[in-house]
Amino acid sequence: MADEPVIVIGAGPAGTRAAQRLVQAGLRPVVIDENDRQGGQIYRRQPENFHRAPEKLYGTEAAKASSLHTDFDLLRPHIDYRPGTTVWGVSNEGLMTVRGQDVTIVPFSRVIITSGATDRIMPVPGWTTPGAYSLGAAQIALKAQACAIGRKPVFMGTGPLLYLVAWQYLQAGVKPAAVLDTSALSTRMRGLRRMASRARVVANGVRYMANLARAGVRLHAGITPRAIEGSNNQVSGVVWRDSRGKLRHAACDAVGMGYGLRSETQLADLLKCEFIFDPCFTQWRPHVDRNGRTSRPDVYLAGDGVLLRGADAAEAAGQLAACAVLRDGGHVVADTEFTQLHETLTVMNRFGRGLAEAFPWPAHLARALPDDTVVCRCENITAGEIRRAAGELDAPEMNRAKALTRPGMGRCQGRMCGLAAAEILAAARNVPVREVGRLRTAAPVKPLPLNCTVRS
Amino acid sequence: MTAYPTNRMQADVIIVGGGFMGAATAFFLRRQGLSVILLERDLVGQAASGVNFGNVRRQSRYLGQLPLANRSRDIWLNMPRLIGEDAEFVMSGHILVTTSEKDGDRLEKYAVDCKPYGLDLTIMTGAQARAKFPMVGPEIRTVSYSPLDGHANPRLAAPAFGRAARRAGARVIENTEVCAITKSAEDFIVETRNGQSFQAPLLQISSGAWGRAMAASFGEDIPFAANGPQMGVTEPLPYRIEPVIGCASSVPEEGVYLRQVKRGNIVFGGGLRSVADIVTKRAPIDPLNTMRQMPHLARLVPQMARLRIIRTWSGVEGYVGDNLPIMGPSSRVPGLFFAFGFCGHGFQLGPGVGMTMAELIATGRTDIPLEPFHIKRFQ
Repeated sequence: MADEPVIVIGAGPAGTRAAQRLVQAGLRPVVIDENDRQGGQIYRRQPENFHRAPEKLYGTEAAKASSLHTDFDLLRPHIDYRPGTTVWGVSNEGLMTVRGQDVTIVPFSRVIITSGATDRIMPVPGWTTPGAYSLGAAQIALKAQACAIGRKPVFMGTGPLLYLVAWQYLQAGVKPAAVLDTSALSTRMRGLRRMASRARVVANGVRYMANLARAGVRLHAGITPRAIEGSNNQVSGVVWRDSRGKLRHAACDAVGMGYGLRSETQLADLLKCEFIFDPCFTQWRPHVDRNGRTSRPDVYLAGDGVLLRGADAAEAAGQLAACAVLRDGGHVVADTEFTQLHETLTVMNRFGRGLAEAFPWPAHLARALPDDTVVCRCENITAGEIRRAAGELDAPEMNRAKALTRPGMGRCQGRMCGLAAAEILAAARNVPVREVGRLRTAAPVKPLPLNCTVRS
Repeated sequence: MTAYPTNRMQADVIIVGGGFMGAATAFFLRRQGLSVILLERDLVGQAASGVNFGNVRRQSRYLGQLPLANRSRDIWLNMPRLIGEDAEFVMSGHILVTTSEKDGDRLEKYAVDCKPYGLDLTIMTGAQARAKFPMVGPEIRTVSYSPLDGHANPRLAAPAFGRAARRAGARVIENTEVCAITKSAEDFIVETRNGQSFQAPLLQISSGAWGRAMAASFGEDIPFAANGPQMGVTEPLPYRIEPVIGCASSVPEEGVYLRQVKRGNIVFGGGLRSVADIVTKRAPIDPLNTMRQMPHLARLVPQMARLRIIRTWSGVEGYVGDNLPIMGPSSRVPGLFFAFGFCGHGFQLGPGVGMTMAELIATGRTDIPLEPFHIKRFQ
């Protein structure tokens, strides 16, 4: 399909910079964006009829957000932009996309996937109570709709997003009841060594924490989540053990939670890219070389959809993947451009790994989850059911467990629960988590209306 | 029942392939008192046995297969007592629907022909069918209703028989791929990729789409193809559709079918198949086939057009040239038996095949007529 266009999937920092670089080389890429407006998640744009200032929405990153939006607007005449469009499958003829009820087959010569990431969730008793959200959802509500998830939310989990979202809520006039971080202060200090290379980013994080503390928001480190409480089918409080083991409680009307991020890797899986287990992020991801080339010669990956390094790295990685596409397609790209981007990303790699060390995924919590805690919320599958698959039904890996007791069998195909379910299965079988594998992706990646028709 | 032979690598019977047929045969062989080693390349019931539609249907089968299907249905009803679980079997009824007069005539003729075999079908007009099954669409004309058929969960059934066989004393060995089968003076010698060797005087090949090569190695080749069914499932909605609904069209693309599980999801399949790869052990699901299924599903149950599909899948199934399985003894090698190539309609038969093959292997005879499935038909 050499004559077909280059496709960029996603229009966040990585996708935008990839498209921009392709246009600079004289190409006219197709940019497929699941969102209705360009920007991605961290630089998500508000609807057209909303008029909040960038400083209000993006804080210290306002200038970057504005530049990403402006640059994209300038690209519009030179690209085939398809907003509100989801890639849901792969056929021999090309990518299967859907917008509303219209399915289109999009042939490609090469494709750059910049599918981003979603929150990594560790279930806790009560987490399916109405009023409990992921951190990302809490942020989308605020950015896209100027809505808060509650008047008095608790933010619980770990990672920089915890403090960013709490701070954004504070800025919007909603004072969080507490911020609960499973990472201990000493753990964070260890990760800080690698993060020193990006002092400004660390300083921003510290500033968010300081602002929260100054406003009287309690920040707890090294906590162990115990339960999200509810009354009248609505979140009413959070119970946790503090770093000294004391049982604590905070009243609240909503919870935003997340334990770092997980890459959205389904499309790379459907395209049969090779996957590896990344011990730093303790998750499976597609294998890429340092330019974003996968095991498939026509598929490239960039951004948090393959390596969790944040928005700045995503911009560089997007440009780099585009450079690789151009060079592989016979265009001239100077070595210096590759070298400069590699240098930028070396710093980001170190920083990303430092973050993962400072805010580790609390895998140990999976082992202690009570049997009756729901893990897969689509199918209402409990930790006990996963343990039954591990033991009585002898499932050695995730797909077998899914076949026998259904974790990951529902609408989200395990995007929400898969990593936690893998920890529970691994703990029950007493093996490292990499040995229980990963859930295979099936089309459609997102639910597909049954009344669709193919438009040619 | 006999105890294990002292040598753990020997048994009365070796079964190669732990799909539904192999697992059920192992279970029933233990009830016949024979010692059994079941060798499975991956995990029990992972290939065709685990990915099919889950139809527990007798109507529209080849008439000569009905005695076997009847026996199987009796075991399905009895499964909780037999193996301790039901694999979500529900005797929900099964309806075959048509949209053309020609297909309707075919259903009416079948309903007469199958009666002597003990299968009672009710033929309904479209209006009668809609009165009883209000979800059925306005284009539907003649309907054939089989009240005693139903559906079950294919992901659970074969593994359940595998566990039951193990509890009954069979040695079920997973993750063990057979690479060579030879026959010495008395025994079959079965060698595996991980360097083990097993021995038995009796051997059953029930390795699905991979059975053809094994049969061919004994000089019994057959016309064969490996195909992948195109399956899918919708998001859940309140349980309303009791019977399995299948379209009896003679146009392959129109031949879709669906069933609603009690959790609420509607499982569907049918229409065109994909070509499977027995080397990579993968059968592609072509998203264009999913698209082709949509309008035909909506003809059967118009309300389905309002739902969303949440997952699609396929798997490797073995198809014999005349669309009937290979089942029974070898025509060349004493002690060798076959039960493979069930052409996408083996799920209902699984328990019956297990019982019948166990009978045949243990006693040398069975009352179930197997002549039409004998491998010698291709020689």
